Amino acid sequence: MTAATTTDLVAYEDAVRRYDPVLGIEVHVELGTLTKMFCAAEVAYGGEPNTQVTPVSLGLPGALPVVNGKAVEYAIRIGLALNCTIAESCRFARKNYFYPDVPKNFQTSQYDEPIAFDGWIDIELDDGEVFRVEIERAHMEEDAGKNTHVGGATGRIQGAEYSLVDYNRAGIPLVEIVTRPIEGAGERAPEVARAYVQTLRDIFRSLDVSEARMERGNVRADVNLSLRPTPESPLGTRTETKNVNSFRSIERAVRYEVSRQAGVLDAGLPVIQETRHFHEEDGTTSSGRVKSDAEDYRYFPEPDLVPVAPSREWVEEIRATLPEMPVARRRRLQKEWGYADAEMRDVVNAGAVELIEATIAAGTSAAGARKWWMGELARRAKQDEITLEDLVVTPAQIAQLQGLIESGRINDKIARQVLEGVLAGEGDPEAVVVSRGLEIVSDDGALLTAIDDALAAQPDIVEKVRGGNQGPVGAIIGAVMKATKGQADAKRVRELVLDRIGS
Amino acid sequence: MSTISRDEVARVAALARIDLRPDEVTRLAGELDVIVESVARVSEVATADVPATSHPLPLTNVFRDDVPEPALPVQDVLAGAPQQENGRFAVPQILGEE
Repeated sequence: MTAATTTDLVAYEDAVRRYDPVLGIEVHVELGTLTKMFCAAEVAYGGEPNTQVTPVSLGLPGALPVVNGKAVEYAIRIGLALNCTIAESCRFARKNYFYPDVPKNFQTSQYDEPIAFDGWIDIELDDGEVFRVEIERAHMEEDAGKNTHVGGATGRIQGAEYSLVDYNRAGIPLVEIVTRPIEGAGERAPEVARAYVQTLRDIFRSLDVSEARMERGNVRADVNLSLRPTPESPLGTRTETKNVNSFRSIERAVRYEVSRQAGVLDAGLPVIQETRHFHEEDGTTSSGRVKSDAEDYRYFPEPDLVPVAPSREWVEEIRATLPEMPVARRRRLQKEWGYADAEMRDVVNAGAVELIEATIAAGTSAAGARKWWMGELARRAKQDEITLEDLVVTPAQIAQLQGLIESGRINDKIARQVLEGVLAGEGDPEAVVVSRGLEIVSDDGALLTAIDDALAAQPDIVEKVRGGNQGPVGAIIGAVMKATKGQADAKRVRELVLDRIGS
Repeated sequence: MSTISRDEVARVAALARIDLRPDEVTRLAGELDVIVESVARVSEVATADVPATSHPLPLTNVFRDDVPEPALPVQDVLAGAPQQENGRFAVPQILGEE
């Protein structure tokens, strides 16, 4: 399509040795309000097509928008969480373009006067290093409808290709967050990009302003990338890779663009400023629209809406209700739980923070909770290729399981069998212990019978132990454990064996 | 002296998908000139201490509560659709779409 797409890719490590990548990320988040941004149509995921639509979302002549106050509050919450200044006064603007998913022929957005600006956010990389990303602005706008393209090959309209449009999503409140150029990431640019969007997702959730589910498109990222020869050089020409909608894809898209642009520059060609599409299947990007006249959106102030001027009192009221931010929360929990840096990092990366917190709240020690979620349960989740969250076991059940061990009713080995039962849907650990008959054999009578049998079978060991060598006692204990199918308390067995031999 | 060229009028018309004949482009360039000059004259008297007007109405913060109201019935939504399929608007494919 363009000369740039035909050049060779440069190996990533080589590319970042010779070029300095600069990122710019735009994140759209759908707010979790009950109604749309400018009309009272109910917002619910998965509704039948065009059942959540009003004359305003359809852009019918004469329809007048009215701002959803809750959406403004959410936008302010996001702005404050991102350490932004909240505008004393801001306004909406029309972004004019023609596309069937925007029935008004313009998107109501904010242009020269965003509600929040000049912020920053600290993100934590995989090794715990903190990287600061500066936020240029966060502004309010509305989502577009959803196009489904029907290929001509289906033959439903002879030979023609057409699209089907559902306007349920049209008008859902969005906040768009735009970074300043992110410099200094170097070879870690893909990780920085991913960690930034991940941090925003965590913030949206803790602010309770959005479900922030990537797979539902609640959070969408556009990734701008440019290369320059050295960090001192002026910024290079950037490309914008649109709608990269998973954390892994964000990393892959950045890596690919670094390799591709390095190839273009190595060939002595200019990087073309354009929109690019990311392809999930092979991790590549391809040329979309070249930025040109079509990008002239003829913005002008929205005449149908009056300015939004949040009073300072309101802003401070909202600030006072902000929850603890995810990074600060993690640091506090790490201290409370006494986990080492590496342990905490693994817990975070495994998505186990909330699960461990709930398990501890249900009465388990921090070490005990970590042992289960990062050990046996992590192994199970990996084996079943699901997340810890999706395992059919609750923190309360894990707390109960650990409690059974600590009270001596089962041992560690049996606990794994109990967990099997819980995961198989046999009920709480208590119930599994009873139904599977897994309670420790603590009746000395039953144990002594097993011990006597074991001693009788190995008289040489008895001699050795009597002679002062306690080493072989393990063999007797092992035999007793085998005879009781692992349900005996090994410590008690040892006491009884020594007692028996001694007598 | 003209400040709005015919090219500019043609470009803006194209962006707005308005199909103008050459004589309309010429006429509108003249009319837009008058408007731009009039605004420029207002700008001359507006000194730095006059705040920019965001909106002619002296109102701010006109908000609605986040309470759902009934949506339009689907048949009304689709009443104006030239073509429809499965409850959705059928529209021509846009060139270059995926």
